Amino acid sequence: MKPLSSYLRRPPEAASDGSGLAARVTTRRGGFTLDVDLRVEPGEVVAVLGPNGSGKSTLLGTLAGLYAPEDARVTLGGRVLLDSADGTAVPAHRRRVGMLSQQALLFPHLSVRDNVAFGPRCAGRPRREAAAGARRRLDDVGVGELEDRRPAELSGGQAQRVAIARALATEPELLLLDEPFAALDIDAAPAVRSVLRRLVRDTGQTTLLVTHDVVDAVVLADRLVVLAEGRIVEQGPTAEVLARPRSAFAARIAGLDLVTGVAADGGLRTPDGGTVFGAASEPVDDGEPAVAVFAPTSVAVHREHPEGSPRNVLPVRLAALEPQGQVVRLRAAAVPQGPPWADGLAADITPAAVAELGVEPGDDLWFAVKATEVSVHPRSR
Amino acid sequence: MISARRLVLTALAAAVTLGVAACGSSGGEQQQAAPARTLTISAAASLTDVYNQLKPQFEQAHPGTTVRFNFGGSDTLAQQVVQGVPTDVLATASPKTMQTAQQAGRIEGQPVTYAANSLQIAVAPGNPKQIANLQSLVGPQVTEAICQPTVPCGQATQAAERAAGVTLDPVSQDPDVRTVLQRVTTRNVDAGIVYVTDVKATNGQVQGVDFPQASAQGAGQTYPIGVVAGSQNADLGQQWIQFITGPQGDAALTQAGFQLK
Amino acid sequence: MTRAVTRTGRGSRGSTVSLALPWPVWVPAVVAFGLIAVPVAGLIVRTDWPNFAALVTTDAALDALWLSLKTGLTSTALCLVLGGPLALVLARSNIPGLPFLRSVVLLPLVLPPVVGGLTLLFLLGRTGPLGQLLNAWFGITVPFSTEAVVIAQTFVAMPFLVVSLEGALRTAGERYEVVAATLGASPLTALRRVTIPVVLPGLISGSVLAFARALGEFGATIAFAGNLQGTTQTLPLLIYIQSQNDLDGAVAMSLVLVVVAVLVIVATRTRDVSGVR
Repeated sequence: MKPLSSYLRRPPEAASDGSGLAARVTTRRGGFTLDVDLRVEPGEVVAVLGPNGSGKSTLLGTLAGLYAPEDARVTLGGRVLLDSADGTAVPAHRRRVGMLSQQALLFPHLSVRDNVAFGPRCAGRPRREAAAGARRRLDDVGVGELEDRRPAELSGGQAQRVAIARALATEPELLLLDEPFAALDIDAAPAVRSVLRRLVRDTGQTTLLVTHDVVDAVVLADRLVVLAEGRIVEQGPTAEVLARPRSAFAARIAGLDLVTGVAADGGLRTPDGGTVFGAASEPVDDGEPAVAVFAPTSVAVHREHPEGSPRNVLPVRLAALEPQGQVVRLRAAAVPQGPPWADGLAADITPAAVAELGVEPGDDLWFAVKATEVSVHPRSR
Repeated sequence: MISARRLVLTALAAAVTLGVAACGSSGGEQQQAAPARTLTISAAASLTDVYNQLKPQFEQAHPGTTVRFNFGGSDTLAQQVVQGVPTDVLATASPKTMQTAQQAGRIEGQPVTYAANSLQIAVAPGNPKQIANLQSLVGPQVTEAICQPTVPCGQATQAAERAAGVTLDPVSQDPDVRTVLQRVTTRNVDAGIVYVTDVKATNGQVQGVDFPQASAQGAGQTYPIGVVAGSQNADLGQQWIQFITGPQGDAALTQAGFQLK
Repeated sequence: MTRAVTRTGRGSRGSTVSLALPWPVWVPAVVAFGLIAVPVAGLIVRTDWPNFAALVTTDAALDALWLSLKTGLTSTALCLVLGGPLALVLARSNIPGLPFLRSVVLLPLVLPPVVGGLTLLFLLGRTGPLGQLLNAWFGITVPFSTEAVVIAQTFVAMPFLVVSLEGALRTAGERYEVVAATLGASPLTALRRVTIPVVLPGLISGSVLAFARALGEFGATIAFAGNLQGTTQTLPLLIYIQSQNDLDGAVAMSLVLVVVAVLVIVATRTRDVSGVR
């Protein structure tokens, strides 16, 4: 039986030459201590997940050059950005660290094009060249026709696309993403996420993403770092961490079932040739790496193969029963003749239902999920 | 139209007088509470010290009476009275300003002229610039402040200039004599043309230099006083006039450097 | 398509339906407006129109108007050059004692202008500590000069600029500057290309307030700079002097002052609304 993670992309070979980002940050703010040691390899996308107050913003601020913690050392591409030991602190504007936050924060007095050309102009590019570059970047994010607009005339999704173009126009060595889709309409977020994913992937942009939305991490990140109360409690390849969460927070945010494969008509094709039926959350080409996501609460559990369709129905063997507050989580293992990817899936049902089914670990069961409960996202390659 | 005019007058009066508004009630309603009365006197700025000195004596002699002053430039005061600012007595520093009020029918009976004042050159003690007369004020080596020609002390200064045949080159033409004096006491000018009484009032902070043209036609100053027409306190106003022209008033005026008339 | 969206963007701003104001707001609002507008309107009624042109074109009036405009603009420029950075320090720095500094900046609003003029005189007058030095070293005498008028006006007008600009800076927050820094803008570039344009409306309205205050300044000017036609006699000083014996002239010139102020306010307001560039 192949572990789920083997289908997922491994992080790029860890470069041991000190390039990429290496950050060690220890700081005390109020009654709160942040103590983190973090690496992002060149071209890698790392997502930091954590509840509010876990120190995510302090970490980002330290990397961007907005805070100077009492004990920290940050290097990027071999340059020392911050070293509390010898007092080195490269100012924010010389770090080559870009940032994209919840709010697009486009400069209201500049046209869309001038917003994007701002960074290159600061770097000394001639006006004409910077404007031409800005136009290309705007085309890349799909808002080329808006170049003469003022930011006040854009929708939230358009503004965030411009902000993406603006952040990438400086060709930063490290891109920081601070909950970049949190303020967008639920309708606008997937398309913007897709644009960002494509650009970050295409350019091999070294990126650190901070989010509490597991979908962001699934779509964008190679590796996941879980932060709780100022410490890294867990890290590893995204799908691995999400499939087998070891920390309480990871378990809670990961409380989602993930199946990886490639996009296919009607849903997702798994490596063993099976299909998970669902709806694509954003435009995704057939054959593109993808992940099917559904909530354990949407999984129905049966002793016998249930009647009726169209549904995703799969045989599983019950591995464990985990009480989770109001519900009991049934953790599945694969059965020899069934799909291997059933391993690790969870179903949340009420204690009453558990009693009615009379299940015990080792029993063979059927998990059923409606296609409408399954969303298919493109994922990092 | 009438109401618009009234409104304008009210607004203008308020704008011109500013601080006077608070002193406005000359006490219609206060008359019922028999002894408590307020006498409001609009007086030329140069009378400030003498009048303040006499106030307690008068109040003692007229129990229940409170005297309030509205000090200012004579022109301003006369304008206020013409505009109907409630005041009981008008005491200016020139016959001309008193005539302004009289011609508007705002003075009851004939004003009394009771004191006179003459110009002096105020200089720093010891007279460091050796100023002897008006002529020695001319030129950039001596800076002087004088009164604006529209106020009585300015007109007196002009008369003295004419008599002496000189034209002064002041660094400032101030709206009242006290401002001129203040510029001398703070040593920001070398000299200022003020009245004898002003020099006296500084208690030695400045020294007075007499000059012959101080007694020229128009250079002197006379002080008329009259009761404002329609005053609710005309009787008290008359008593103030008697008091100021009586022995106590004479003594205070003489002490302050006024000549009696 | 593009155009249609543009219209929607603009239109939604103009066609916003405002909630009805509760009626108790209207009565005091009307009284407040009347308190300001009626006396000024009275000025128009009271003006001696047949002689208006003659009254406002006397030598003294023209000198005073020109001097007022010149000194008012100069002191506004000084407020910008000096007060702008001060507002930045108050809004953005974290030096100790900021609340204290801020209250000191507000003092000219509280002090009677005459007292402001006297304090300037104590400092810069011939016997003042700074005035003595200036006189001894450079032979400069500040009082009774046009420069003194500018200093007095700047003194009273400065808080207006600093307060409105600091408010604008605080409202805008540091977020745009942070973005600019992550895009590689040095602090000076960020100030020039981001901070100043973003707070431009506040900067303009602050300058207008400062100019208006400088234009109407009287007390500090007469105390510190004196009153001499062509040198230190600004329009308000001339109006005050005139009001003592020639009300018609005073009223006519007051009207000129009002018109100048209104022109400036209208000109900048229009710019304000049309958006920042």
